[in-house]
Order: sequence, then structure tokens, then C-alpha cells
Amino acid sequence: MNDPRDERLRALLKSSIAPVGDGELQRDLWPEMLRRLNSQAPARQFGPMDWLAAALVGAALLVFPGLVPVLLYQL
Amino acid sequence: MDLFERFAAGDLDAFETVFRQSQREVYGWIVRIVRDSAAAEDLTIETFWRIYRWRHRFDPTRPFGPWARRIATHAAIDHLRPAHPVVPLPLNIPAGRTEDPVWQREVRECVAGAFRTLPAQLEAAATLALIEECPYEEIAAALGISVGTVKSRIFRAVRMLRKKLERLGIHP
Repeated sequence: MNDPRDERLRALLKSSIAPVGDGELQRDLWPEMLRRLNSQAPARQFGPMDWLAAALVGAALLVFPGLVPVLLYQL
Repeated sequence: MDLFERFAAGDLDAFETVFRQSQREVYGWIVRIVRDSAAAEDLTIETFWRIYRWRHRFDPTRPFGPWARRIATHAAIDHLRPAHPVVPLPLNIPAGRTEDPVWQREVRECVAGAFRTLPAQLEAAATLALIEECPYEEIAAALGISVGTVKSRIFRAVRMLRKKLERLGIHP
């Protein structure tokens, strides 16, 4: 960028693009990071709907024991 | 086991320490690319979220800073990418009023608008090189590319920007 035209373009860019101030972080972001970590964690846990589905399958197997071999075959 | 080994092994306390040690540096780098403090805060969180998810890829025998900076740079570029809808720019700026502050402001707005329409990877490289005056080696390390590729991106960014500005009647 030693071309005078490039230098003029650089100067024009510098005067046109918003400055970033001191670029310093004004607050601690850890609490927000922790919220993000916690909000993502439940996705990998066994939720209420999973427990309900498991209970229904368990009940169905108790009522119709003949389904056990079918289920084992599917697994 | 040292801090970064514990972090790589998934220790949340170690991650918190790493986060607190590095958040300012990561934020400071991102804000230089995206030029928006609120977006930079969100992207700092996004960067550390990626760092946490990809912790098993981190080699604790190597420095953490450059690895984090590379992830931060890509998060910033991902942020710039969707912000590139075609920005309506005036067809032409009347010339000959160079001392007029209103005209000067219009030119600056057009330049900023044209700059934002550059492809995200070119915009990021050009911002760091032309506005922030970062050394090419530093930009190359942050983008995970060679110095030659950095120079090529800056060259293409300047050429594209110049063409856009010339279409607007601005000839820097």
C-alpha cells in the first residue's frame, strides 16, 4: 500500500468507518457465559417427555409381555 | 495437571479461569473487526462457547491465545457474513463540494456502506490491515491463512471497493 491512491483510500476509510473507542470490555461476561452453558446443557439430559415415553413403553411391556421379543429384535 | 490440561479435559472451573483470563483480549480483537461493542460482547460469548465445545481439539502444549484468536476471527466473520444484504447506495454523489461538511458526511456514509458490502472475509482482512494497521503476519495467524493469501484478500478488497466508489462518483 505505498501507492498514493491507496494511501488516500486508506485515509478515507479511516475517516469513514466508525472508531471502536478504547476497545476495552466494560463488564465481566462470565455470568452470561454460564447462562449459555446452562441453557445448552438440558438438551443432552433426560427430559420429562423422555421419562413419559419410557413409562409408556414399560407399561406396554407389562400388559403385553409378548412385545418383549419384538422390542429386543428391533434393538 | 496444569490449567489448560484441565480445561481440555472438560474441567468447568478451569474453563472459568481461562475465560476470565482471556475475555478482554478476545473481545478487544473481535471489536476491531466488527466495530460494534454490543455485537462484540455477543461474539465473545459465542467464541468461548465454540472454545468450550471444541476443547478436545486444543493441544495444551501450545499457546491458548492464538488458538482462541483464530476461533474469534471466524466467529466475527460469520457475524459479518449475513450483514451483507445489498445496501442501497445513492447512484452518484454530486462532485465539486469538497469543503461542504454535509457532502463530506455523505461521502463517508457511502464509503462505509460500500465497505460493508464487501465479502465478509475481504472486509475482515481489509479492516485489520487498512484501518487497524495490524501486521500481515498477525492477520494471517488469526485467519489461519498464509501471508500471501492475506495480501491477495487486501488487494481484492481494495480493488472491489475502488470500483464500488467509482460507480458512486467517488475517486479517492
